[in-house]
Amino acid sequence: MPAELDATAKFAEYAHPERLVSTQWLADHLGEPGLVVVESDEDVLLYETGHIPGSVKVDWHTELNDPVVRDYLDGEQFAALLGSKGIARDSTVVIYGDKNNWWAAYALWVFTLFDHEDVRLLDGGRDLWIAEGRDLTTEPTSVTPVEYPVVERSDDEVRAFKEDVLAHFGNPLIDVRSPEEYSGERTSAPAYPEEGALRAGHIPTAASVPWARAAAGDGTFKDRAELDAIYRDEVGLKDGDDVIAYCRIGERSSHTWFVLTHLLGFENVRNYDGSWTEWGSAVRVPIATGTDRGEAPTR
Amino acid sequence: MSGMDATALPPRLAETRDDFLALEVRDRLQLLLEFSNELPDLPERYADHPDLLERVLECQSPVYIFVEVVDGRAHLFATAPAESPTTRGFASILVQGIDGLTIDEVLAIPDDYPQTLGLGQAVSPLRVRGMTGMLARIKRQVRAKSASAE
Repeated sequence: MPAELDATAKFAEYAHPERLVSTQWLADHLGEPGLVVVESDEDVLLYETGHIPGSVKVDWHTELNDPVVRDYLDGEQFAALLGSKGIARDSTVVIYGDKNNWWAAYALWVFTLFDHEDVRLLDGGRDLWIAEGRDLTTEPTSVTPVEYPVVERSDDEVRAFKEDVLAHFGNPLIDVRSPEEYSGERTSAPAYPEEGALRAGHIPTAASVPWARAAAGDGTFKDRAELDAIYRDEVGLKDGDDVIAYCRIGERSSHTWFVLTHLLGFENVRNYDGSWTEWGSAVRVPIATGTDRGEAPTR
Repeated sequence: MSGMDATALPPRLAETRDDFLALEVRDRLQLLLEFSNELPDLPERYADHPDLLERVLECQSPVYIFVEVVDGRAHLFATAPAESPTTRGFASILVQGIDGLTIDEVLAIPDDYPQTLGLGQAVSPLRVRGMTGMLARIKRQVRAKSASAE
């Protein structure tokens, strides 16, 4: 049984209001059967310092990736993970995290690869929950494992590979990294470790829209009109566009993927998770530097 | 290479490593959290002068370190925000393990010490790299400060 939807007026403006819940909604619904709250942060220990009562942790680094191949979990691994967290196929999952839900959006996108139906984000994430003085606990959550079915991962709809990007020129690309990474001054975000891309710059024709522009000061998503002003008016996206977003390893672009897909209603948005760590080291792929978008290659 | 100091891990660092390795992978996170909670506050002379501290760029979270060399021994200070407990834990392991060591003892710590704690699986190798960066910067500061003191 899916949990009740959040009728917050701001959400009603979005294309898919069912993908968000407010902190008040979550406070009111905590503990309901069928609802599982998941925390997903950049820092692997942050959950242990205090989390929303009853929530479980999913770590992007150690739990969502295959430990050997650069890929996500397969159907069996995902089933084992979710089952161990007490998440059933029909559970309503609300994900929240630090840094404007950066990693929470990433986890949600991975859940989408397995077509988990009812998965939502907590608008404002961990920081807003804390700012509002709501309860945190260090009490370990006791989980009753459940059966989660083995569902084949489906990469077709929301995931793009390098070959897809090469075939995509002429369609909109969104680079969600920092301006320094886009122009080619750096290969990783300012103040972040260099993660081994051999070349710097951006994929030609990509528009630069740093992901956090979609977030308001309190970590919630900007409202519909503000988001339309960025992605439709400024970038020029139109209904029906086929869009690929990328960043460095696909996490920041998951946030933008969420905004474009669930808040603005674009139906063909893919996240290129290979992103700059792949593109910036691949042989003979085109790269543009500087602040201009650059020209599509003619092959 | 001669002399026992070149290979002997300082006792506190060895003890920390053994403590981590004795635990199941998921319990290693709890131990790291304990270290995180034990990171001492900066003394006042640094708390008011963040400019004196060096930022560790290899870490994903803002962490700053500063080494003092007094009478041939290293004293280490570090600070990282409460929202970055993993980074605080790494810094705390190094502060507890290095503070009070001689210059030679610090410089003899193997550069891959962070990789020997068994945290790769619990935390991920990429995150452990942040601690490697911290250790490298500590050694560099020790080297620079002991040279200028001579």
